[in-house]
Amino acid sequence: MSAAPDHSPTMAQASLSQRLAPYAPVLLVFALMAFGLIAIPSTSSWLTLTVSGLAMGMMIFIMASGLTLVFGLMDVINFGHGAFVSVGAFVGVSLLLLLENMTGAPSLALNLTAMMVAIIGAMAATALMGWAFEKVIVKPVYGHHLKQILVTMGGLIVVEQLIIVLWGPEEIYITRPEALKGAVTFFGAALEKYRLVAVGIGAVVFLAMRWILRRTKIGLIVRAGVENGEMVEALGYRLRLVFVGVFLAGSALAGLGGVLWGLYQEVITAHMGNQSMILIFIVVIIGGLGSVEGCFIGALLVGLLQNYVAFLEPKVALISNIGLMVAILMWRPMGMIPVVKAK
Amino acid sequence: MLTKLLSGDMPRSPLLALILIAILIGLAFAPFLFPGVRSIDTAARICVFIVLVASYDLMLGYGGIVSFAHTMFFGLGAYGVALASTHMGRGFDALFVGALSGALLAALLAFVIGLFSLRVRAIFFAMITLAVASAVAVLVSQLSGLTGGEDGLSYKIPRELGPAFKFADGSLFGVKMNGKLLKYYLIFGSCLALFLLMLRIVHSPFGRVLLAIRENDFRAEAIGYRVVHYRVAATCLSAFIAALAGALYAIWLRYVGPDTSLSMEIMIDILLMVVIGGMGTMYGAVIGATLFILAQNYLQNLMGSAASAVEGLPLLPDLLNPDRWLLWLGVLFILSVYFFPTGIVGRLRSGK
Repeated sequence: MSAAPDHSPTMAQASLSQRLAPYAPVLLVFALMAFGLIAIPSTSSWLTLTVSGLAMGMMIFIMASGLTLVFGLMDVINFGHGAFVSVGAFVGVSLLLLLENMTGAPSLALNLTAMMVAIIGAMAATALMGWAFEKVIVKPVYGHHLKQILVTMGGLIVVEQLIIVLWGPEEIYITRPEALKGAVTFFGAALEKYRLVAVGIGAVVFLAMRWILRRTKIGLIVRAGVENGEMVEALGYRLRLVFVGVFLAGSALAGLGGVLWGLYQEVITAHMGNQSMILIFIVVIIGGLGSVEGCFIGALLVGLLQNYVAFLEPKVALISNIGLMVAILMWRPMGMIPVVKAK
Repeated sequence: MLTKLLSGDMPRSPLLALILIAILIGLAFAPFLFPGVRSIDTAARICVFIVLVASYDLMLGYGGIVSFAHTMFFGLGAYGVALASTHMGRGFDALFVGALSGALLAALLAFVIGLFSLRVRAIFFAMITLAVASAVAVLVSQLSGLTGGEDGLSYKIPRELGPAFKFADGSLFGVKMNGKLLKYYLIFGSCLALFLLMLRIVHSPFGRVLLAIRENDFRAEAIGYRVVHYRVAATCLSAFIAALAGALYAIWLRYVGPDTSLSMEIMIDILLMVVIGGMGTMYGAVIGATLFILAQNYLQNLMGSAASAVEGLPLLPDLLNPDRWLLWLGVLFILSVYFFPTGIVGRLRSGK
């Protein structure tokens, strides 16, 4: 009998950097904020920029979250996701224009009701569209990335053109509801009211999503499905139905993001979905395809960096997002919070 | 001889061969067969797009890589010629230097993007190229000092390629023997050479490995081919050729601008041409590009008359508006991905 190999267990504590590694993405957001504080001369403009960066980040997150979940769950990459953003914006803005006497009145309650109506209408419309999109366009090409990219891109073209047919080729200008115009002053910094609302809505969506994913049964199934779909199906859950549900929810969220984004820009065009896809992709890639938390952190990073850089060096802002993406991919090639598949 | 020229890839279908010969003859004698400024413009555009679409097919149909930055590479070549001609003065050396530096830059950029994305997941490539291409398009329109911004650049090309230069007296079959004719044949000859070169590439051992990777990358890796190397090489080659096509287009137009060489619309056009013509067959690019550009020029008139025919009905005139032709192409695109994944060429070859 051979002797047992030498075994001398060590009880060394993990080094600081090792313990920090899982939190590195979150810390990166704060590091970026601190960098902004140092680089931007006046504190009040830093605060303004930070709030607008957070608002932008939240809106991108709302638009991107559906895409990343759909990919994580079913390995489906939807290049037509931007179509939901445009449709949401057009439906929401049309409703707001219809409710002009409510949005024009200087009462916060009436304004918020009108916005709620617009948001619910837009989300319902995009959820319905998501259902149709899944049935007609995505379903026949499961498990085939190349075809998915091509077909969903075709879907995006068709939807974009249909929007032009229904709403006309001109861009539509929209003013924000009366009570959300202007800014509040806080420690000498002008904070636009609408941006504060956007930050609020974004935070609520993120927390709700996190709660659903972490604390409910359906969230458990979704998370398990991301990790190992076949196993979940073997346990008797119909992952297909879950997937359709997630696709619908993701489309509705994209619609919500579209309304918020349209009101933020105060102008909507049929191509806005296509343009927002670029930011959405950057966010989804740097966050790690399939990860909701990563998507959230990535969106905040993109929003903050864009605002800081646009203030400090306007020309560089055009490529700052690409620079951020390159830097993050060099650091973690699969994105900040990679999704580990048990396959 | 012919087999060698086509790298052994015969059309393998009488109808396909007939169509290809018709296109070749049509393009080779376009100035004589279809006199008129507009039709010769169309012919030159078809030549350039055949090369551009074929280079895209090299990546998509053979490599299985989806890129949305192909117009960026195309634009790099075009802007290379434009900038060189602006700063070096008119001359063939400027054209040469511009085309070559644009193409090298395109290949370098493709290399960098490829290293970043293909190493992880092929699907990243599609998303990253979309982001990078749009950033470049914005940069070009913003850096107006260098690129002329939205207005683009107009420049002079060598006198020998202009309509004022006469290389022979009189005319042949009613066509003036001027520099414009020379320029058309320069474009035509270069495009033909580039196309045959690509045909050679896809039928080389390198092309075979690409096909293997497209079919099953895991297995190709297991057999011992470095998948990433082959994919990156295919991307660089494709970018290089696309940039050369861009340079030719810039020579033909004597103008570059974001709309003619960088816009997303052209990218979508290229995608449609590849898919409708047939992915993974070089001849698909020929048929796709020819059909598409002819349709672009002439189908819109047809739609206009259809729209006026149904005037008064609700919604239908809007749907048939000539500006909405992308809508119908989009539908056609989705249907052809589902039902004819091999496109027109694949259909003809399977003999149905």
